[in-house]
Amino acid sequence: MTEYLLETKGLRKTFGRLAAVAGVSLGISEGTLAAIIGPNGAGKTTLINLLTGLLTPDTGTVRFKGEDITRVPSHGRVRRGLSRSFQIMNIFPNLAVRQNLLLPALSRRGRNLHAVARLEDETGANADAEELLREIGLWDHRDARAGALSHGDQRLLELGIAVGTRPELCFLDEPCAGMNPIERQTVLGLMRKLSSQRRTTFVIVEHDMDVVFSLAERIVVMNHGEVLADGTPAEIRENRVVRETYLGAEV
Amino acid sequence: MGEGPVASGSRRRIVTPGRSAIGGLVLALVLLPLVGGQYAQYVAIQVLILSLFALGFNILFGYTGLLSFGQAGFYAVGAYGCAKLLLLTPSLLFGVVGGTLLAGAAALVLGVLCIRHTRIYFSMLTLAFGMMIFSMALKWRDFTGGDDGLVGIPRAPLEIPGLVSISMASMGRYYYFVLAVSLVAIAIAYRLVHSPLGLTFQGIRDSEGRMAFTGVSVRTYRLIAFVIAGLYAGLAGALLPALENTVTPPVAHWTTSADPVLATLLGGIQAFAGPIVGAFLFFMIKDIIVRFTEYWLIWLGIIVVVLVMGFRGGVVSLATARWRALRPGREGA
Repeated sequence: MTEYLLETKGLRKTFGRLAAVAGVSLGISEGTLAAIIGPNGAGKTTLINLLTGLLTPDTGTVRFKGEDITRVPSHGRVRRGLSRSFQIMNIFPNLAVRQNLLLPALSRRGRNLHAVARLEDETGANADAEELLREIGLWDHRDARAGALSHGDQRLLELGIAVGTRPELCFLDEPCAGMNPIERQTVLGLMRKLSSQRRTTFVIVEHDMDVVFSLAERIVVMNHGEVLADGTPAEIRENRVVRETYLGAEV
Repeated sequence: MGEGPVASGSRRRIVTPGRSAIGGLVLALVLLPLVGGQYAQYVAIQVLILSLFALGFNILFGYTGLLSFGQAGFYAVGAYGCAKLLLLTPSLLFGVVGGTLLAGAAALVLGVLCIRHTRIYFSMLTLAFGMMIFSMALKWRDFTGGDDGLVGIPRAPLEIPGLVSISMASMGRYYYFVLAVSLVAIAIAYRLVHSPLGLTFQGIRDSEGRMAFTGVSVRTYRLIAFVIAGLYAGLAGALLPALENTVTPPVAHWTTSADPVLATLLGGIQAFAGPIVGAFLFFMIKDIIVRFTEYWLIWLGIIVVVLVMGFRGGVVSLATARWRALRPGREGA
């Protein structure tokens, strides 16, 4: 039997009479670069919300590294090695860019409660934040207010916050939305780098098929809250049902 | 690429009015009893008390993003707690520390219920609990003295058994005690908001959802901020009985909760010194306007409305912006 990093069984979530996620069972192996695709309303974001603890499923289970985390709150899942970015921009707009990245670094090192230490004396967390600042290309803007950055830079910053806790599994909800080609390459490059260097597993929800097929080693196609298909990019390209319902002439 | 306010590679000493203003202010406060009479000392103590009250409130509001309308409840717990302790044992330190801790305990108990909610729901809950404490102050006659309050509270000596005993009978001595306590409490608050805990509070203010996904239990940290604000309100309240020799129910009324709100809005929620400057302005404005009309609160309200509509950062941000505009060369942008 395959040991998955994350595994769901019969995950279901309804809103009124609408089954946004209708019994999803899937496993994600360590080190994978996976993508979840599907038309609007397919249940992709709801699925990620269930996996990251933002929503509680009606039925079904979520296991991470063999542990049942179905009822574990979001912050508890992050401490166990999960992380995410959001479809709608979610950064700390009134803090400096550097401080945005300092927060996950402090959390990872268990330093949030320290009320006496000065921020500049948090050498370990500051070093982590500065390393990330360089990796995401925002070093020159480190003292700028995060809310004053351009849209693309804010997206990069959100990615930085998401990987700042050094997760084993990171969900990114439309990480390249609204980005120019250069920023997009920065995001993809960082994901590939973290995937190979730290064995970080990434699961992205993305509408841009160029991004999906250039990055993902595995693609899950959703429709009406169910998994329509699950396979390698080549398998998904050849899948007749997927082509008819979603990809159409795009591939 | 977006442009931020500061984006230079080298560290430089930013010239702000802050450091020299703090030095000058502390010196003026130390010298006050030498140049001012009892009334000046009395008003200065009130300013310091409101400063601590507002400073704690702003850790909750400006730094953590939670607007409480019930801080007078903890102010009153501090005041009544200290008064009862002073009536039991005439030791100023015992009374002040005891009153402060009682307020912190009350904030911990009520905070568990309040911090489950945010925005207007949080504000309304704090208002409701604040009014419950007011009702207790009014109705629990055996303990609080009801309408009449607690009277004849001694300004007990500052006593550390076997070490020191300083009489607080004169207003000047008590003024220096309040000043010392206030400076220590302000220094602690300053260190706190510039610590990892302070940054965590600001992260929660900016985005609770994002903060949870850095691995932080947002509710726990909201509760910590609530208790800290309660402790500061309690400390402020605990300094009151020895000044007035009496404590009455209006200290718990919701209108008393408005004092730190107004002071903070006057001074500015975005600056650490905002509530302190605001507390000073609050009493200055009151002192000036009350000479012309008894409706001083209306005029204070108008000033706050103008400030909020025109200069959201309050007086401190306005002064800082003016200072920077006057010294563009030093800023070196």
